[in-house]
Amino acid sequence: MPQNEHIELFQKRYGRRLDYYEKKRKKEAREPHKRSAVAKKLIGLKAKLYAKKRHAEKVTMKKTIQQHSERTNKHKVEEEAAPGAIPAYLMDREQTSRAKVLSNTIKQKRKEKAGKWEVPLPKVRPVAEDEMFRVMRSGKRQKKSWKRMITKATFVGPGFTRKPPKYERFIRPSGLRFTKAHITHPELKCTFQLDILGVKKNPNGPMYSSLGVLTKGTVIEVNVSELGLVTPGGKVVWGKYAQVTNNPENDGCVNGVLLV
Amino acid sequence: MDGTAKPSSSSAATATASASAAAGDRANVIAQLEDADGNPAGPQLDLPHDADHTQLETLLNALLQNEDKVPFAFYAADAEVIGPLGAHLAKRGASTETVLKIVYQPQALFRVRPVTRCSSAIPGHAEAVLSVAFSPDGKNLASGSGDTTIRLWNHDTETPKATLKGAFYLTLVPIRPRHSNWVLCIAWSPDARLLASGSMDKDVRLWSTTGEARGGPMRGHRKHVTALAWEPAHVRYPPERLASASADGTARWGGEGLIYTASRDTTIICWDAKDGKVVRQLKGHGHWVNTLALSNEYATRTGAFDHKAIAPANDEEGKRMARERYDVAMAGQPERLVSGSDDFTMFLWTPETSKSPTRRMTGHVQLINHVVFSPDTKLIASASFDKAVKLWDGKTGEFIATMRGHVGPVYQIAWSADSRMVVSGSKDSTLKVWSARTRKLELDLPGHADEVFAVDWSPIGTRAASGGKDKMLRLWRH
Repeated sequence: MPQNEHIELFQKRYGRRLDYYEKKRKKEAREPHKRSAVAKKLIGLKAKLYAKKRHAEKVTMKKTIQQHSERTNKHKVEEEAAPGAIPAYLMDREQTSRAKVLSNTIKQKRKEKAGKWEVPLPKVRPVAEDEMFRVMRSGKRQKKSWKRMITKATFVGPGFTRKPPKYERFIRPSGLRFTKAHITHPELKCTFQLDILGVKKNPNGPMYSSLGVLTKGTVIEVNVSELGLVTPGGKVVWGKYAQVTNNPENDGCVNGVLLV
Repeated sequence: MDGTAKPSSSSAATATASASAAAGDRANVIAQLEDADGNPAGPQLDLPHDADHTQLETLLNALLQNEDKVPFAFYAADAEVIGPLGAHLAKRGASTETVLKIVYQPQALFRVRPVTRCSSAIPGHAEAVLSVAFSPDGKNLASGSGDTTIRLWNHDTETPKATLKGAFYLTLVPIRPRHSNWVLCIAWSPDARLLASGSMDKDVRLWSTTGEARGGPMRGHRKHVTALAWEPAHVRYPPERLASASADGTARWGGEGLIYTASRDTTIICWDAKDGKVVRQLKGHGHWVNTLALSNEYATRTGAFDHKAIAPANDEEGKRMARERYDVAMAGQPERLVSGSDDFTMFLWTPETSKSPTRRMTGHVQLINHVVFSPDTKLIASASFDKAVKLWDGKTGEFIATMRGHVGPVYQIAWSADSRMVVSGSKDSTLKVWSARTRKLELDLPGHADEVFAVDWSPIGTRAASGGKDKMLRLWRH
């Protein structure tokens, strides 16, 4: 192994051999002949592999030649009208892509009344009671079992104080409480961390809704005032519904999709 | 007239109140009525403190011996008199010891009723509506859209009238009959016979009111066309020439033979309309100049047509009428130009004579997107992305009032023909009608399902039209 760039140094000092370029040209000129000789001689699998490689080479070569010739092509390209037209005064301005204004407030209200939603997750796995709750034993002999601990993530409102132990039938562990959710806007395709305002509906039952249990498929209300959505009447919207799309108790966070 | 004149409609209560005038704003006011140029009307008057605007109006009409009552606006102590005079002076801190000068300004004789409801929402465009324009005679309405078409709408039946697409020309090179990209701006010629449109495809095209193309595309720009301005009708009737601005600028054709262009290079350039030479360069802004407005813009836009929109009999008649209306609008003063910029300020210029600004108008806290002079040139309204519409004095550029109410950036504004109302369209999907007199929200007009990009109020005042991102053209009326 050479320890230094001797050849390069030599070439810098004394130049190349006198016949360097001639030899190079001849070698290059001979190259196709050599290749064809090899191609003729090869048989079997090696011939197959070689032919395939050569084919691919030829394809790329033709494509690059075509690309180069396209560059000198001189016909005008008609620009098509792109969707999302904006007036001249909004051009070149920083446009924050923005969701459509709530299309129909009345429709939304009607839906709200009926409690029916066209949601991204229409079917959810029913959660059995013994999965949802853990029985807490109490009493001197540990034989009373009226107390339950919720094993799922919950949302607890900001003004909540626990009841005295005697009256507290359901414990919502503070380690599994969430106040924020990562909500994706389906049209904007981006995610915001938003405050949870409340649990609108837990598909497993009204009791879970009132307890604020967050399981997959739960419809929650989130604070969207940061997104700057407006109603057709021009008011800023601040509460909007979203559906939980992950299992918060497993993941340690609440992810969801905004219902538009 | 013996020096103390009582308003004819003043009640007995007025007399007792003025008799028992105590101190401060309860005292009578010695006042002199004069017009905007300082010519006094009648002698000095001893007015009761609770004389209000309507009483002053009756009084002035009597003094001027007007047979038909002319509405007036009164200005005392640098502000318009609204409500009792004494309270107004007390609020402004003006002295009642000296002779008070009350400046009166005649208002439009006709009244435009505010638009209060959406009379129709017409679908038709397949993409956002980018520009809306009523013709100067108020008979036609055109809208340009992102779906590359321009549509004409029937103003009375509120139905689509025509989609502007020309016929193919039999030439060697096929000429596209219509725009191939977004139609960004449209402008009616002042004689209301032609419509010009500028597009993203770099062409300017002309159309007749029936919907046919007039000639092929006018090419020349290398980027999209953002503004169009017709030659004023009092210079040539019917107008033949048209100025267009491309890519980053806006253009206005002044009444005195100058064309003004504003650009994103922060300058405004005045060009000679005859030979296209630069006359003056107005520098002052620190950022993009977004919008220009001329004091005579409304007069040049509507040409020979007043609010009754009676068409002139022939071209000479048209030119004469346009010249008359133009002279009334100018009132013997030089042309004023106001420019709004991305540096949150506006400048008032008198570009005919000077290249330094008359006044810098500050107050907005976001970029200014649209500035318009009122048709009587006495007020300027500005729309800004800070959600406010502001009113400024048209002559001095003095700040008058802020009108808040929108919850999103205000994109466009339009004055009513009688200069009493402004309508503004905003990103928050509503239109709002503001009263220029009370400086308050007159009406809120929700209806659009998305951002409102373009607003126009008909020169004959019966309707306003708006278009926006929701692809609908909406017509509003009383």
